[in-house]
Amino acid sequence: MTGRTITDRVAGPSTEAAISRGTAPGELSCAGPWTVHGLASLEARVEAFSWPVAGELSIDGSAITAMDTSGAWLLYRTLRALEQRGRSVRLHGLRAEFDALLKLIASRAAAAQSRPPAAPSALARLGERAWMGLLGLGGMLSFLGEVAVAFVRSVARPRRIRWKPILHNLQAGGFEALPITGLLSFLLGIVIAYQGAEQLRRFGANIYVADLVGLSMVRELSPLITAIIVAGRSGSAYTAQIGTMKVTEEIDALRTIGIPPLELLVLPKVLAMIVALPLLTVYTDVMGILGGMVMARAQLDVSYGTFLDRLDDAITLRSYLIGVGKAPVFAGIIALVGCYQGFQATGSADSVGRQTTRSVVQAIFLVIVADALFSIVFSWLKI
Amino acid sequence: MSAAPERAVDAVIEVRGLNTRLGGSVIHEDVSLAVVRGEIFALVGASGCGKSTLLREAIALLQPVSGSIKVFGQEVVGLSDEQALPLRRRWGVMFERGALFSSLTVMENVGVVLREHTGLSKRLIDENAAVKIALTGLPPDAGHKYPSELSGGMRKRAALARALALDPELLFLDEPTAGLDPLSASGIDELVRQLRDALGLSIMMVTHDLDLLWRGADRVAVLGEGRILGTGTMTELARSDHPLIREYFYGPRGRAAREQAWKRNSVTQPSASSS
Repeated sequence: MTGRTITDRVAGPSTEAAISRGTAPGELSCAGPWTVHGLASLEARVEAFSWPVAGELSIDGSAITAMDTSGAWLLYRTLRALEQRGRSVRLHGLRAEFDALLKLIASRAAAAQSRPPAAPSALARLGERAWMGLLGLGGMLSFLGEVAVAFVRSVARPRRIRWKPILHNLQAGGFEALPITGLLSFLLGIVIAYQGAEQLRRFGANIYVADLVGLSMVRELSPLITAIIVAGRSGSAYTAQIGTMKVTEEIDALRTIGIPPLELLVLPKVLAMIVALPLLTVYTDVMGILGGMVMARAQLDVSYGTFLDRLDDAITLRSYLIGVGKAPVFAGIIALVGCYQGFQATGSADSVGRQTTRSVVQAIFLVIVADALFSIVFSWLKI
Repeated sequence: MSAAPERAVDAVIEVRGLNTRLGGSVIHEDVSLAVVRGEIFALVGASGCGKSTLLREAIALLQPVSGSIKVFGQEVVGLSDEQALPLRRRWGVMFERGALFSSLTVMENVGVVLREHTGLSKRLIDENAAVKIALTGLPPDAGHKYPSELSGGMRKRAALARALALDPELLFLDEPTAGLDPLSASGIDELVRQLRDALGLSIMMVTHDLDLLWRGADRVAVLGEGRILGTGTMTELARSDHPLIREYFYGPRGRAAREQAWKRNSVTQPSASSS
C-alpha cells in the first residue's frame, strides 16, 4: 500500500493562502495552500481579519488546495479562538485528507498546551548562585583532598604510578610548549630592555640594564608568563579532554573497569606539570635575558660580554631559586583547576566549552593571586 | 539478482549507478534504487555495508565518486550547501543519535528550524513546535527540557519532531529504533506509519530492526557487498534464495520476527504488497 499523496505540496505556492468573506453574512471561505511556507502572510491576515460581528459563522474550506500540520494548526487555533468568544462555527467542504489532518491536530492539541516552568525570583536566583558558589568551593577542596589521597596511595605503591601518561603529558605540556614560551619571553626581554634603555641612558647607567632585565625576568615575569601561557595551552586541554570523557561516559567506563580516573587522568597531569613548568621557567629565563641582551647592545651599546659580567653580580642564587620555586606551585594550580573543571562538565557540548573557559580564567586568576601572596610573604621574610 | 529498479513513475528518490569509495575501500558499486512517493522504504544490510553512507549521499552531506541521485527529480550529487538549501527545506532528517542541539531545549530545537526558514511570529513558532512535539507523542513538559535531561527514546522522538518542523514531504530516518527498548521501538514504528498516513510523507529509513521492517516498511532493499542484493516487500524478500539475504532474514532473530509478523498478518489481513 502506498500512502495517499496530498497534491500541490510543492514549495512555492502557486496561489497564496487566503481567507475571505463570502456573499452572505456569516459566510467565509478559505483558499489556497495552507502550508508552512506561505503561512507568515496568512497568519497576519488571520490576525487582522474582521470577523462578522454576529450570527453563526460558516466557513467553506473547499478551496484549500494543500494543508500541512502548520496550516492545520493555524486553522484549528482560529476556530478555537472563535468558539471561546462564544461564536458557533461550522467548517465544511474540507477535503477528507485535510479533515483527517485537522482531527489529528485537534486530538494532540491538549498535549501541545504547556507552560514553561516559572522563572525563579531575583532573590531565589541570588541564593542559588551563592549556594552553587559555596558548593563549588567545597567541591574544589574535596577534589584536592581526593587527589592528595590518590597521590599518597600511588607513592605507597609505586607500581601503580602510570609512567606512560606522565611522559606523554610531559611532552604535550612541556616540550611542545618550548617554541611559544621561548618566543614570548624573548620578546618580553626585548620590551623590558627597550623601556628601561631611555631612563638608564639619561643617568649614564647603561650597564644596569642587566640588573633590570635579569632580576625582573628571573624573579617575576618569566615564571608568570610561562604559567599564563601553559594555563591557556594545557589547562584548557585538560578540561576539554576530561569534560568530553565525562559527557561520553568514558569516566564511568574507567570506574567500572576498575581504573580510578584520578590515577589515570589527574595524577599524571599534575606530576608532569610540576616537572615541566619549572623546566620551562628556566628556559624562559634564558630566552628573556637573551632578548634583553640583544636590545641592550642595539640601544645602549652594552656588549654581550659586559652584560653577562654584570648579570653575574645582579642575579643572586636566591632570586633565581625564588623564581623557579614558584613554578611548581603554579603548575599544581593549573593542572588541578584544569582537571577539576573537566569533571564539572555535564551532559552537553555547551557545558564543555563553558568549563574550559572557566578553567583558564580561574587558573590564571589563581596563579596571579598566588604570585601576589608570594610577594607579600617574601617581603615579610625580607628576602 | 538484477540491481536495476523498475522505472518508477512517481519516484521521490532515484539512485542510478552509484559508486562510492571511502578511504580507498569500495563502499557502493553501481547501486541503483528508487523510492516511490508515499511509501516507507527501508534500507537494510549488515553493519558497515554502506547504508548510512547512501543516506548521507542522498541528503547531500557526502559526495559519491560517480553516479546520480535525484531527489524530487533534481540531481543532488555535486550540489553545494547553498544549492542544496531549497531541497533541504523539503525534507527532514533524523540522525541516528538524534543530533539535538544540546544547548537548546527541545522546543527551541524544533523552533530554530521554523525561525530560520519561515517568517512566522514567535507565538506561532512556539505553538507549532509544541504541536510537532505532541505529534511525536512526547509529554507536554518535555518541550521545556534540555536533550541531556531526556531518556533515549524521548530524545529520538524529539529528533523526529525537529525533522518534522518544516512539514517535509520526505523524511530520512537513520536507525530510528536503535538503542530503544522494545516498547519505545514499537511506539516509534507505529508513529512512523501514523505520520505517513496522516501527512502523506515519503520515508526512507536505514534500520537493523527486523520488527520495524515487518511492521513499518512497504518496501525493503538489502545492501551487501557494495550492491543491492534484492528489493521488494518483506514477504518477497523472505522468499529470496540469495544466500546473504537468507542469512540476514533467517538468522535466529530474523525467524522470530518473521513468525511474529506472519501470525499478526494471518489474524488481520494477508500481507499487503506495494505497487
